[in-house]
Amino acid sequence: MSSGVSRAEQCVVACAEAWRGDGEILASPMGVVPTLGARLAKLTFAPDLLLTDGEALLTADVPALGAKAQVVEGWLPFRRHLALVSGGKRHVMMGASQLDRHGNQNISCIGDWKRPSRQLLGVRGAPVNTLNHPVSYWIPRHSPRVLVERVDMVCGVGYDRAGAAGPSAARFHGIRCVVTDLAVLDFETPGRTLRVRSLHPGVTAGQLQAATGFALPVPDGTPCTRTPTAAELRLIREVLDPAGLREREVRR
Amino acid sequence: MTGADKQMTADEAVARLRSGMTVGIGGWGSRRKPMALVRAVLRSDLTDLTVVSYGGPDVGLLAAAGKIRRLVTAFATLDSIPLEPHFRAARESGAIELTEWDEAMVMWGLTAAAHRLPFLPLRAGLGSDVMQTDPSLRTVTSPYADGEELAAVPALALDAALVHLNRADVRGNAQYLGPDPYFDDLFCEAAREAYVSCERIVDGEEFAAAGGPQTLLVQRHCVTGVIEAPGGAHFTSCVPDYERDEAFQAAYAKTAADPAAWAAFCGRFLSGDEDAYRAAVREFAGEGA
Repeated sequence: MSSGVSRAEQCVVACAEAWRGDGEILASPMGVVPTLGARLAKLTFAPDLLLTDGEALLTADVPALGAKAQVVEGWLPFRRHLALVSGGKRHVMMGASQLDRHGNQNISCIGDWKRPSRQLLGVRGAPVNTLNHPVSYWIPRHSPRVLVERVDMVCGVGYDRAGAAGPSAARFHGIRCVVTDLAVLDFETPGRTLRVRSLHPGVTAGQLQAATGFALPVPDGTPCTRTPTAAELRLIREVLDPAGLREREVRR
Repeated sequence: MTGADKQMTADEAVARLRSGMTVGIGGWGSRRKPMALVRAVLRSDLTDLTVVSYGGPDVGLLAAAGKIRRLVTAFATLDSIPLEPHFRAARESGAIELTEWDEAMVMWGLTAAAHRLPFLPLRAGLGSDVMQTDPSLRTVTSPYADGEELAAVPALALDAALVHLNRADVRGNAQYLGPDPYFDDLFCEAAREAYVSCERIVDGEEFAAAGGPQTLLVQRHCVTGVIEAPGGAHFTSCVPDYERDEAFQAAYAKTAADPAAWAAFCGRFLSGDEDAYRAAVREFAGEGA
């Protein structure tokens, strides 16, 4: 089945899986591949998910990338969005300029915060997201510059920092998974540090280790990431992304 | 009897501000920013401002012009261009001080100010480096049985707020017609003085035809000045009146890479008044750039 499936399509399905079983919550994807994943999940195994148009509207139908939804089912301006975040009925998939083994994420800046060598987005809503509802990450280019020993600024809070900050910080904290262009990672270990849940088809343990800035063992028997079904491939290619924008985000 | 007529020009509004003030700017990213008022600040001799903003090109322009001492924000972005290039340049050269809070913390700080509270508790911030990079932040312990320890987000009290809406009357009631109010009402309520620019000043009777009462976002009791500024959010979006001017924004963004390009941009677009700005933008659009 995997022959003819692009890596980007593999990643779309891996992202979709992040929202499996979430029920009636807001799925907030950041990036093209997570957006396709959330829409695919809603069209298949997670029909109760809520999605926005990227602005202030909740949309009932699931349009192709770049197309306008036809049915508005709700209003979610930024102020209500932030309130919803604190209420916990959301699962976001954010990007990460840096991510460490504990799940600490940085999107703010590279270098010394006081005078960064490279200013990025800023902390945005990463602190409020990570302390209030499930969070996953999407890393379109798995590299030692992204998967790092130590992030320069903790924006999204990882397991070690949430634990150290006390019960209020840890109460609703949970990082579900990290989807990269090489593998699906999670924190299902006793110490809540990154482990390899599955390798995408064709990826070797050596490749993954070479692309990671800290030791990330791949035990024997680590499974392959589930490949898309024929129905999922059709939805991705014909319904959700006929223009093939997914291939621009995953270049490997 | 009719109430006070609060109409003034953008320059008159800005003349009421003082260097060193804390100024909140409405909108979000590159959306419905009070750019005509920002341009008036650029023309003024104001300096040393503390700016509170969900940052967009307002932040970039004011930083590039050396107006900002400290910025309080969660981000600065041009939306269609993810990184605000002038904000980046100002951070990388150390030209501005930064108080970097989470988006919800900014909302909570403004809410505390609007409610005249010293702080509001919030879970967000705990465990993140926001608590380290702003060493003034404290936590607070719930006095109830849960005993939770939460971030105590201090009030962001503003000396002045600058916002841009679609319609307003001369007394300062203002109406938004797009899908998102952003936080413009909150900025006004958190400020001692609020200045509201709008696409068009209308009679109060006209509000109802444009939208229901819930579109009347800003009330006159917290408004000091009303400025009619057609195109006053340009080049950011002000839907449904107009979308973002992407071509112009891209041209603006390019000027961050090169001091000569920035000087040329200032000379062409920012050296005159708002009428001159609009004329220069029309000429730019005519070039099909």
